[in-house]
Amino acid sequence: MNAELGQAEAGPEPVLEATGAVKHYPVQRGIVIKRTVGHVQAVDGVDLKLYAGKTLGVVGESGCGKSTLAKLLVGLEPPTSGSIKVLGKEIGNLSARRIRSVRRDVQLVFQDPYTSLNPRMTVGDIVGEPFEIHTDVVPRAKRPAAVKELLDMVGLSPDHVNRYPHQFSGGQRQRIGIARALALRPQVLVCDEPVSALDVSIQGQVINLLERLQDELGLAYVFIAHDLSVVRHIADEVAVMYLGKVVEYGTGAEIYDHPRHPYTQALLSAVPVPDPELRGHREEIVLQGDVPSPINPPSGCRFRTRCWKATEKCADEVPGLDVGDHGTHPTACFYAEERDVTHAVK
Amino acid sequence: MSELTAPKAQPDAPQASLWKDAFRTMARRPDVIFATLILLFVFTMAAFPTLFTDKDPTYCIGRDARQRPDTWFAGEHPLGTDGFGCDFAATVVHGTRPTIVLALTVMILAVIIGLVLGILAGYYGGWLDALISRALDVFIVLPMLLGAILLLSLFRNGGSSGGLLSTVGPPVIALTVFGWMEFCRYTRAATIETKNLDYVTAAKCLGAKDRRIMFRHILPNAIVPVTAVIPTTIGGIIVTESALAVLGIGVQPPATSWGVLLAKGTEWAGGGYIYLFGIPLLLLIGTVFAFATFGDALRDALDPKLR
Repeated sequence: MNAELGQAEAGPEPVLEATGAVKHYPVQRGIVIKRTVGHVQAVDGVDLKLYAGKTLGVVGESGCGKSTLAKLLVGLEPPTSGSIKVLGKEIGNLSARRIRSVRRDVQLVFQDPYTSLNPRMTVGDIVGEPFEIHTDVVPRAKRPAAVKELLDMVGLSPDHVNRYPHQFSGGQRQRIGIARALALRPQVLVCDEPVSALDVSIQGQVINLLERLQDELGLAYVFIAHDLSVVRHIADEVAVMYLGKVVEYGTGAEIYDHPRHPYTQALLSAVPVPDPELRGHREEIVLQGDVPSPINPPSGCRFRTRCWKATEKCADEVPGLDVGDHGTHPTACFYAEERDVTHAVK
Repeated sequence: MSELTAPKAQPDAPQASLWKDAFRTMARRPDVIFATLILLFVFTMAAFPTLFTDKDPTYCIGRDARQRPDTWFAGEHPLGTDGFGCDFAATVVHGTRPTIVLALTVMILAVIIGLVLGILAGYYGGWLDALISRALDVFIVLPMLLGAILLLSLFRNGGSSGGLLSTVGPPVIALTVFGWMEFCRYTRAATIETKNLDYVTAAKCLGAKDRRIMFRHILPNAIVPVTAVIPTTIGGIIVTESALAVLGIGVQPPATSWGVLLAKGTEWAGGGYIYLFGIPLLLLIGTVFAFATFGDALRDALDPKLR
């Protein structure tokens, strides 16, 4: 994708690769005879590459297709078109039965730790369920030990196997969810806003846990969030999404210190300044209006309705995700230009 | 690991099983003990009627008809006699077994049918849901007595051979056919609500098959609203059975049931023989109360959130 990145990462095959992934949900009217009156264009042509041991951050505001992308990547939803490859194997068109073996390699961590655990199962049952589904992974006699080991790995006491989810705090429940996802030793973990439902103090603990697990197990993460500072901390590369499309893609430093897309600049300018002395000394970009409906997105560049740089060209042509003449990383804008919005100067 | 390890809480006491804990919780509640005693009494009456009466309910002497139970629980006729001179205590006691067998069989069959159809309709949706839901509508609008008459014509030829099966068979079929809809609707609604929760998605993501998702994840959570209506439905079944008896497809004579006794008793209740109506009614109310209390307590005791 990126020439420079491509060279740096040449050689190893990506563990997770999406090429032109599209997901459109039909909007139907009528009770008996259903007719399709439009499509929700949740994800519209996303290219991603994730290498072993790396973290790809995906940021964007609510409704931009982040969670749909997560479902596509773990094979919960088939893409409308495009391809999703896990360890080089296409999963987009697999039947429900044949996809089961792929499930071992890519797992999902959920946003809400309160609904992602079955309230009527003990922690031991929840974490041990992957072994019961894939019976050949761990022999029956060794399963209790494997469950305890997993709990220990995520920092929970192995004595807690007989407790129920409601006896745990949000952070602990998220750890249970992570232990369940790790049971089958996946290569890729897709984390769909794993910390946004937690207290800030707990967020740090869970992020640290994810980083430690990455070092120990060589996991690759797709880390979806709307919190830019969290993503900056954990991600090697960042993709910024707007209305189902990636608008800017680059390393953490490229995105955070040298943003080139107007949308990225607007997002970053909204990050709170930690130093009260410097507050108000930074350029703030306030976007007008709301995100347009994904059923009927604007022609050309999807961001043009809220962009201060928009011209006629933006309405007629769709900007590609290109590095451009003076750029350092791919940006989907005709007028991409670096602008410092993150550093407040007195 | 250091800073991440959750502080070792007090090591859990060796966890008793869910059922053992449930039993302990229930044994502490006086209302549950009372309900259990009533259920034991009723079930013993159903299983061993001769422990409670040595009279034959079919041995009736016309000149002893309508003796009020002046000597309560003692004497020749502890609960008096009915309109035909049969011993009323014997009638009530021997009517227990058909009543209980009928109510429980209908209950179990209707719940199984309702649960299975409801969970299939809710989980798969689409044409299967449409089919099951429309069938449900048809059974709800169909008047039960009309349907029962149709069924009656099917059993007319059989005749009663006196066994328990042929005694309660026709009413069991009629009541089941018209009794599963409520459970189906509750289960379907709860399934639709549950199937989009994250823990079901998580199971799908792990590669769980539909059957595991339906019976391990959805059913235990969808069954809760169903358990709430089971006890009162048992009472409803017993009462409705008496209406079927009028049509001749209730419990087949000479066997009798509380429902039949209730129906007959109303004729005499106004004439000063209120015990013919009151005693079966008291038994029915007591049994329904016991089922309701017991079921309620069992549900609470088994709910992990309330432990």
